[in-house]
Amino acid sequence: MNESASQSALDSAGLSAERIAELFYWMSGGATVIWIVVIGLMVYAIKSRREHSAKMTSWLVIGGGAVIPTIVLTALLSYGLAMLPDLQRPAPDGSLSIEVAGVRWWWRVYYTSGQDTNGQATRIETANEIYLPVDQPVEFKLTSEDVIHSFWIPSLGGKVDMMPGRTNRLKLHPTRKGVFSGVCAEYCGTAHAQMRFRVVVTDQETFDDWLTKQGQGYQENSTVTVGEAMFFSRGCSACHAIRGTSADGVVGPDLTHFGSRLSIAAGVLDNTPENLTRWLSDTHSVKPGVEMPEFHSLSDVEIGSIVAFLESLQ
Amino acid sequence: MNEQAQRLLRAWRTPKGWRYWSAVNNSQVGLWYTITAFAFLLFGGLLALAMRIQLAIPENDFLTAEQYNQVFTMHGSVMMFLFAVPILEAISIMLLPEMMGARDLPFPRLSAYGFWSFLIGGVFVCGSLFFGAGPRGGWFMYPPMTTQYQPDVGADIWLLGLSFIEIASIAAAVELIVGVLKCRPPGMRLNLIPLYAWYILVVAGMILFAFPPLIAGDVLMELERALDWPFFDASRGGDPMLWQHLFWIFGHPEVYIVFLPSIALIAMIVPTFARTPMVGYGWIVLAAVGTGFLSFGLWVHHMFTTGLPGITIGIFSAASEAVAIPTGVQIFCFIATLLVGRVTKSVCLLFVLAGLATFIIGGLSGVMVAIAPFDYQAHDTYFIVGHLHYVLVGGTIFPIVAGVYYFYPLITGKQLSERLGTLAFWLMMIGFNVSFFPMHITGLIGMPRRVYTYPAGMGFDNLNFISSIGAFVLAGGFLVFLWDVLRPKGKQPVAPRNVWNAGTLEWLAEVPDQPWGVRCIPIISSRYPLWDQENFVRDVDEGNFYLPDAEEGLRETLVTSTVEATPIQCLRVPGPTFLTLWAAAFTGGVFIFGTFHWYIAAGVSGVLAFATILTWLWTGTAIIPEKAEKDVGLGLTLPTYVSGPDAVGWWAMFITMLGDMTAFVSLVFGYFFYWTVHEDFPPPDAEGPGVRWPMISLIATLVAWGMMLLSKKLNRRENAIGFYISTLAAISLALVAAATLVAGPWLHNMDPTEHVYQASVCVLVLWTVIHLAVGVVMQLYCVARRAAGKMTHRFDADIVNVTLYWHFMMLTAGITGLTIALFPMVA
Repeated sequence: MNESASQSALDSAGLSAERIAELFYWMSGGATVIWIVVIGLMVYAIKSRREHSAKMTSWLVIGGGAVIPTIVLTALLSYGLAMLPDLQRPAPDGSLSIEVAGVRWWWRVYYTSGQDTNGQATRIETANEIYLPVDQPVEFKLTSEDVIHSFWIPSLGGKVDMMPGRTNRLKLHPTRKGVFSGVCAEYCGTAHAQMRFRVVVTDQETFDDWLTKQGQGYQENSTVTVGEAMFFSRGCSACHAIRGTSADGVVGPDLTHFGSRLSIAAGVLDNTPENLTRWLSDTHSVKPGVEMPEFHSLSDVEIGSIVAFLESLQ
Repeated sequence: MNEQAQRLLRAWRTPKGWRYWSAVNNSQVGLWYTITAFAFLLFGGLLALAMRIQLAIPENDFLTAEQYNQVFTMHGSVMMFLFAVPILEAISIMLLPEMMGARDLPFPRLSAYGFWSFLIGGVFVCGSLFFGAGPRGGWFMYPPMTTQYQPDVGADIWLLGLSFIEIASIAAAVELIVGVLKCRPPGMRLNLIPLYAWYILVVAGMILFAFPPLIAGDVLMELERALDWPFFDASRGGDPMLWQHLFWIFGHPEVYIVFLPSIALIAMIVPTFARTPMVGYGWIVLAAVGTGFLSFGLWVHHMFTTGLPGITIGIFSAASEAVAIPTGVQIFCFIATLLVGRVTKSVCLLFVLAGLATFIIGGLSGVMVAIAPFDYQAHDTYFIVGHLHYVLVGGTIFPIVAGVYYFYPLITGKQLSERLGTLAFWLMMIGFNVSFFPMHITGLIGMPRRVYTYPAGMGFDNLNFISSIGAFVLAGGFLVFLWDVLRPKGKQPVAPRNVWNAGTLEWLAEVPDQPWGVRCIPIISSRYPLWDQENFVRDVDEGNFYLPDAEEGLRETLVTSTVEATPIQCLRVPGPTFLTLWAAAFTGGVFIFGTFHWYIAAGVSGVLAFATILTWLWTGTAIIPEKAEKDVGLGLTLPTYVSGPDAVGWWAMFITMLGDMTAFVSLVFGYFFYWTVHEDFPPPDAEGPGVRWPMISLIATLVAWGMMLLSKKLNRRENAIGFYISTLAAISLALVAAATLVAGPWLHNMDPTEHVYQASVCVLVLWTVIHLAVGVVMQLYCVARRAAGKMTHRFDADIVNVTLYWHFMMLTAGITGLTIALFPMVA
């Protein structure tokens, strides 16, 4: 596992996450004080043998039970809810906008970049990995292709559910470069635990290069023609697309730049040839419930050639 | 024992041998109920341990993903539906009559029916796990996962099995509400009733309004699963959000439904050990009622991340914080009581304090997650798992354990061990906190809930391992507790009567206890009569109050007025029968066979259930007494038969129908919900039911209702022929109403699988037609009762209650007609 890929809401690397972490520290400090005071009172009440007047006890009930909580909660609500409008406000016009669809159990990602000959924005499809430029707001448009999922990058900010039939939005604003982990937070069936993704926050230049490269199609590579042929003859292209080839399946993740990704199987394994071999031959024990079939009929050599082909898709 | 007492004993004797299981008395049924609920608690606990083994280390393979998903679904469902709610009903059935000096609850057979339904349904739902067929949609069962992506039988088991139990829960709620309102001892005005009874009244009321929306949701989901009516299918106009609303309108009050009864136990225990009456009785009652109301306005805080508008989120955020205030008032009342009194130590009190200390942590973390921005991070993570267990274990389980220590001598005559109790206390406290406190951190560093495994090296490893160890220590504490409860106590001396020197009525019980509940029904003038009323115990023992005798050998208890508790009736309550067991078994058959689509078996079972329940009603309810009134002691003569608003049966019908209307309103809410989410609803090209047929149906229902009112009047005037004509006319019109209501959608070829609009119309029609059918059965029942001489002009409870049903019927038909026929014109 990539240990540098933080998944902690307290290891904040985004504006929302920072503010919410601060809110958390204040609240937990306050909660600790309140707990100690109340429990202290309770212990005193048990131990005390002194007479206590009825008037004093009714002040205790009204004061401790109603008045002080009302004041504390009002203060907390003013502080906590005050950050709501900003968290909910869409990113300014012209900000980077990324569409992500939850699919059992992976993420279909669309970037929009440049324009095609008709003046339409071009959509670039990728999967299970999101690049973001640092210090720029980004607007996510979140949908689902099947059940309810929830899109969560703890280090950058809160989560938003992906509801079938609706488009939800989420604004994030990364403030620190690095590789982060995202997960599905809403239970979505068998492999919910393994519906993960990577988020790479880079400087603008690296991001632009990456996006340009993502926009390019397949580049012929004479060293992996055996694997390429195998990819088509074994039916992989029925479900997976590689832009620039005849592979145009839409059921599974787009593989056009598979080799450049950090992980396979939606954030489950680091992207190494060994792991990819394991994934292709032992799919269902790596990720139970997944719709991709296991390719038991393939020999080690055949799998090796497919692995080499896929890893070459930089 | 004098002759009077012996007669009384004979009337209340518990059946022996295999006939023991025909008992319906609250002491037996309550005890079975409690033991069964505890058995489910243990089962749920074992499931939790299985999860903790799986999560102890990363990438573990102790359970497969599918097994884990079934296990966590069942853990939540079992704890909520088969333990937390039933245990409160169990304890209340067992103890509420004793606390109110009543001999029994007003409908003992209904309690028994509820218990058997609970047992059958619970075993069925849990059993599915052993066939690998358990539900795996989470206890929240969110569609479309559960409607379109889990075609196996698991989700049906959850929907039908638990609906069956929910209906049993509502039955118990009706019983408890009527019990508190009508079966109090004379003099126990509303401001004198034990706090426990207040809480139960609030909670039973909450069940009545919280469970029906879930049942309505279950109906919609099962219709989608079985018949493809697209309520939650976005591609045909449905919306998965509707389920979330219905589920959480139930689900949030549910938290308070399981928490308040435990607070109620604390409210009984604290004064006893503080040796002083509860400080702030009025405040507590107000706070309990306030919590009950507020809890219905918080459900959206379970949906903060679903993409709702900010204004909605802000309002529900604030409302969620507001509920902390009544909760705070209750906690401070307990502190004030402890302060005023001189506290004696006991294991019982230890568990109360553990409960409060734990619950407050859960309350405080609850205040945190109610702040929406924080919830965006915490939602659906282990932080919430930690939070909810602090609330539910602290707020429910620890107080219940305290309650077991407190009431054990009352039920069995033997005390539990203080030494074992202390050991159990420390194991549970340490185990619980070691297990659940780290989860707050696990969640915030990014571990989502409901994951069957997690990768190594993310920082989750150690925290999860610690949580797993804590879980086993906690389980060890439960084992010690269980041993203490179950160990043979033959040689141990019998506990003294009123062992804790408590002040409330249940401690009148003799040791060993007699089956009559209370020797005679006392007059009450204090909240703590055993402390405040002179010679109270002696007078009760000597039979110096009401109903010290059972001259006719019948089981009797007093019914009093709702507010002032002045005696109004000597109620004959029914005795042992196997009918309730059979009725529950056959009703269970309908649900269980239905789950597997064995429709013939389900139909047969349904007919048998119908016949059994009719037999039960025919032979056991509204029996014409051998004398219209009797002397109940102290020179007071009371009627033995009443009908109308003074009668417990009338109240039960009224309260049941409130629950029924709530379910119906939830379905209507669905219709209007779809209208709010769609720009065009009904869709412009969709066929509607038209105006003519629904309106004809509505007019027919209106006239049928009028004829029913007339029937009641004519019956009372001894106009037999008029009664028959009028009732038969009402029946015919009701049948016309049903046929014409179906005619609307039918003649317009509305296909409920086409779009959610058609489905919403059809479900309202279906609901109304079923209610018309039930109404017709009731009318036929009245005709038969009158013909058989079991209903007369004087003894007319049957037709009075049926007329009450018809008031609600009219309301249902009216809303359905206006919604499906006229609303499309407005919209």
